[in-house]
Amino acid sequence: MSELKSVSVPKATRVEVRLPSRMGFEKVAMSTAAAVAKLMGFREDRVEDLKTAVSEACINAIEHGNRLNEKLSVGVVMSADDDSLEVKVIDDGKGMSKQPARPDIDRKMLGEEDPRGMGMFLIQALVDEAEWVAGSEGKSSYVRLVIRLDKGTE
Amino acid sequence: MQNETKARVDQLTSPAGHPVAVLRFEGDIASTSKEAVLGTYQALPKETSKLVLLDFSKVDYINSSGIALVIQMMIEASDSAQKIYAFGLSAHFTKVFTMVGITKYAGLFPTQAEAMAAL
Repeated sequence: MSELKSVSVPKATRVEVRLPSRMGFEKVAMSTAAAVAKLMGFREDRVEDLKTAVSEACINAIEHGNRLNEKLSVGVVMSADDDSLEVKVIDDGKGMSKQPARPDIDRKMLGEEDPRGMGMFLIQALVDEAEWVAGSEGKSSYVRLVIRLDKGTE
Repeated sequence: MQNETKARVDQLTSPAGHPVAVLRFEGDIASTSKEAVLGTYQALPKETSKLVLLDFSKVDYINSSGIALVIQMMIEASDSAQKIYAFGLSAHFTKVFTMVGITKYAGLFPTQAEAMAAL
């Protein structure tokens, strides 16, 4: 995908991927999002940020939202606009109600905090906008990520 | 879908004369990498492996579960008076490791030569 050249992406271009709820398939969404971002002209470092954010969002959806139930799928909807890319990762879980906490490495080293649990923090730290929305009746919860093209520096 | 994690160990001596156990990883570092990451580390003799250097130069994908394995290794190393260092991370994963605080307990270097020179 590194040879992808920036092209004019029509306004409100939409790309959708459905993933099985199996660990490892987050990489399919990650690669697709990276390809779209490259076509839009995002810098390589922003594409890397997006890849990690999308990967972590899909892992959460597979593991916590759909609880690894392979009968359920994870929806990934990418919407490209003139100056931003929105990625929604949708699962059949109850959704997240709390904001991600910054990991405390000192507490982790002391065994006072789980070494895991950094995914939501990374998502929020790596994109321009991140919000977690709980679906009605515990279905179709999603995380919505946005990265913006900086016309001056991209 | 995930590239299996491969790991091997090289025993080197730093220019300062200290023995260094270099754990070389290849593939993805994810939740499925526990045996490759922690198992390989735990197989090192604790008494003679006081300096442990992680080689990520052939790793393309690390997720938060993989980072958690590195933190678990750092916890065990701290309990055994070992020091963990790493090299070969991309600019992006160097940023991610810094964001989650790993650099407070493990030194990161761009290359093996720079890491060995500091040990």
